[in-house]
Amino acid sequence: MKISNLTPRFWVAAALLGFTLLLGAVGPYIVNTDPNAVIGGLYDPPNGSSIAMWLGTDNEGQSVMANLVYGIRTSLWVGLVAGAVATLIGVIIGLVSGYVGGYIDDILSAITNIALAIPTLIVIILVSVALQTRTPTILALVIGFTAWPWLARAVRAQSTSVRTREHIDVARLSGARSITILAWDVLPYLLSYVVMAFVLQVSAAILFEATLSLLGLGPSGSVSLGIMLYWAIAWGSVRTGAWWAFLPPTIMLSIISFSLLLLQSSLDEVFNPRLRRGKLRRRRAAAEERADSQLAAASPQVGEAPAIETPVTTGGGR
Amino acid sequence: MALARYLGRRAIWYVVVLFVALALNFYLPRLVPGNPVDAIVANLTRGGGATGEAARETYETYMREFGLDKPLWQQFLIYIQNLFQGDLGTSFAQYPASVNSLIGEALPWSLALQIPAILIGWIVGNALGAIAAFKGGWFDRGAFLSSLFLTSIPYYCLAIVLLYVVGVQLGLLPVGGAYSFGLSPEFSLAFFGDAITYFWLPFWSLVLVFIGGQAVGMRSMAIYELGADYVNYGRGLGLRDRTITRYGFRNAMLPQITGLALSIGAMIGGALVTELVFSYPGVGTLLFNAIGQNDYPVIQAIALLITLAVLAANFAVDILNGVIDPRIRAAQTGER
Repeated sequence: MKISNLTPRFWVAAALLGFTLLLGAVGPYIVNTDPNAVIGGLYDPPNGSSIAMWLGTDNEGQSVMANLVYGIRTSLWVGLVAGAVATLIGVIIGLVSGYVGGYIDDILSAITNIALAIPTLIVIILVSVALQTRTPTILALVIGFTAWPWLARAVRAQSTSVRTREHIDVARLSGARSITILAWDVLPYLLSYVVMAFVLQVSAAILFEATLSLLGLGPSGSVSLGIMLYWAIAWGSVRTGAWWAFLPPTIMLSIISFSLLLLQSSLDEVFNPRLRRGKLRRRRAAAEERADSQLAAASPQVGEAPAIETPVTTGGGR
Repeated sequence: MALARYLGRRAIWYVVVLFVALALNFYLPRLVPGNPVDAIVANLTRGGGATGEAARETYETYMREFGLDKPLWQQFLIYIQNLFQGDLGTSFAQYPASVNSLIGEALPWSLALQIPAILIGWIVGNALGAIAAFKGGWFDRGAFLSSLFLTSIPYYCLAIVLLYVVGVQLGLLPVGGAYSFGLSPEFSLAFFGDAITYFWLPFWSLVLVFIGGQAVGMRSMAIYELGADYVNYGRGLGLRDRTITRYGFRNAMLPQITGLALSIGAMIGGALVTELVFSYPGVGTLLFNAIGQNDYPVIQAIALLITLAVLAANFAVDILNGVIDPRIRAAQTGER
């Protein structure tokens, strides 16, 4: 990955993401106000008297600024945990299923496809309804354990094509164990894809959390961007024009989601030269490269989008 | 023949998925410790009146009524049997209203919102993506970035911003509900003219995000196809641009149709919360209220309904794909 391949798009995404991370990581120390402390009245408009009042107060007289920085922290935490869990499960199931083949593949594929056909949001809602205590981490695990199927299917498709390559035979002949082959000879081929999938999983998980919170299934006893929106809508802040209560979480959710998608799409262009366009020379080179890769990957699933395209539409929770 | 075999296999597959979905739908909410009937009886007895013996009797009547006194597997069979008779059960919170009637009131609003949004969004989005891919340059960059931005915004965030700017600040459109106070739903021009003003904001917030997603997908597919060998070959033969783009876009359409099924799933989820923002009296608002009141029959019914809708959309797309893409039929019968 050369720095010169990074488009301006990447830097915009990185800047937005850095801003968000900074708010979530350092913000709480700078604002230095308990998000549950009452510091004013119902929807006090913003004023410059202290950092905590920069964005006014919410329906309970709490500082919106404090809620925002702690909320970003919770949302990012949920996103990272859920994204990591979902990516891990998806990669393991996909790799094993694609590499081992046989009846194990049949079983794992069947499970994956069934899980894929049932809307993720619905499963998450049903599980959350059944949960008695919902901490952010528990919700993140629930999201992680339900959001893996599309990734498993995509990884499976790719690992079946890697399996037939010669270096795998060489590794096998040299006596490497399956698990070593998977980790050292198959996984590296998919790594760029896995990184991008992780980014999408994080973004989807943050939005799932917000959707759950808006439906009244959010983490109890803590603050997240979704919970802020829930209260803002429940107390009619939009209708009364208290913009400081609902715009900050709305904007932050949009920024997080947009920057992660932008990051994914710019990484996609780095890893996948076919999508880079512009100079004719580039395009011609891309066409040649494509012809080679088509020969190599006898695609097992006819008529489907290249695996990389589907996640954009599966990013649920919106 | 190949098509029939293909469709048969898909149909069996969907029956299996449906069964798993039903089982999840039935068992997951029952993992809750405690018992919904406790809540109802507690509610009834709170006002004084029934105590002791009377409360116990009420409790047992409700247990029988909801079938909670039987073993779990029997409850499941009864649940399935009732479903096949079109009976979704009785609401806990709004007892004795049937879930059927609650859903019957809410569903038309959701359908009226989502079906036009999906159709218009899909057509406009694909056209936009295709034009962007073909034209390139600044138009492409602008269309791509704005589509990417639109599709990345959660539905409800756009909904909130639209509601605030158009509804509250500019005061152009009403801010909540589905029709003016004092009217009741009926098939008349006056009611329609009133309801449509409430319709625009939720509709636009759904359709704009949907257009964005479709355009991004279509653009990548079209770029991919425009770089394909057959396009280069066609150029070499001196085919006109129009002919080449027609070939390219016909191929690019296929994954977009598959993608449609996926995005319908995401859209239904997003629409749930969008309805909340506008207090639109659809399925989303019903679900919200049901969650707030632990009204499990309603939650289950909505979960089932959405699962069914997504499965049906997937099946429709499978049929469509089987009809228009000969490769899929060939792959099924091993003629490839």
